[in-house]
Amino acid sequence: MEKDWEKLAFEGLAFFGRMSASVSHEIKNVMAVINENAGLVEDLALLADRGAALDPERLKRTAAAIQKQIRRGDGIVKNMNAFAHSVDEPVRRVSLDETLGLMVALSQRFAATRCVTLSAGEPAGVSVVTNPYFLENCIHLCLAFALDSAGSGKAITAVAESEEDGGRIRFSGIEAPTGPFPSQTALEVARAIDARLEFNQTGKTLVIILPAKIQG
Amino acid sequence: MKILLVDDEEELVSALAERLSFRDIDADYATGGAEALDKVREKDYDLAVLDVKMPKIGGIKLKKEIKKIQPGMRFIFLTGHGSEEDFKAGSKESAAYLVKPVKIEDLISKMREALES
Repeated sequence: MEKDWEKLAFEGLAFFGRMSASVSHEIKNVMAVINENAGLVEDLALLADRGAALDPERLKRTAAAIQKQIRRGDGIVKNMNAFAHSVDEPVRRVSLDETLGLMVALSQRFAATRCVTLSAGEPAGVSVVTNPYFLENCIHLCLAFALDSAGSGKAITAVAESEEDGGRIRFSGIEAPTGPFPSQTALEVARAIDARLEFNQTGKTLVIILPAKIQG
Repeated sequence: MKILLVDDEEELVSALAERLSFRDIDADYATGGAEALDKVREKDYDLAVLDVKMPKIGGIKLKKEIKKIQPGMRFIFLTGHGSEEDFKAGSKESAAYLVKPVKIEDLISKMREALES
């Protein structure tokens, strides 16, 4: 079937926007925590200037909180950088484990706001030749549906697996589907990477089936 | 002034509560909607500072639940976003709206304004 590049360009840009908005929100939270803890150190120093006793343990805890947020921010920026570089080459060999791991990491806030635990399964060592960006877009659309359909307090697991002639990514734990899947957008994005989407409502699983090598 | 801070970032609200206490403001904190509602049932507060986006129950919905328990409470919303949509939501809720990270002086000033309005 023909690929609708006009629709794909629109969805591709919208996907980049959604991910950027989510990451910037996360970074804002990191900065807010650092801001309050740095302010707390300043307050403690001012109180010490006025003669109050300065508790070294209190300072150590605050410094540890700041360092923890810096590590968190560094992880967020590294993931965003990896995501941004996925548009460098239109087609290349892609590790499904790494791509899935990246999308799972970038979707943690999305999962947390839905009170859903999101995790990636054991690495399978599978790789395919594909368009990395639209693979990420496809995973994102599947994850969004899976997380919306999991139910509060539940868990979604995503795992990469080898296929006879390619690979697949399986999402399990889709307890209560919010609607039919795949959507037109998901179908279009899957088509861009010659992938098939199979949603098994009884088995509560959704699978992206990928060829070993994209056509064209 | 009795304040309740609600944000799922514990290291943010705990530090903020401590900083407010240094300024003679009685501030408690909660890291989620259920904990916040428990505190509101147990103690009278003048004002709540609510994060807009939190797991389970967001700030705007939480405000409605708190109002059922303490109708006289005032509210300030905090968010990491600062989008046009968020500002409209904040205005609609007749509450001040601050974008993270905030200066503590700005927050205190907004608190006083909210309590005087």
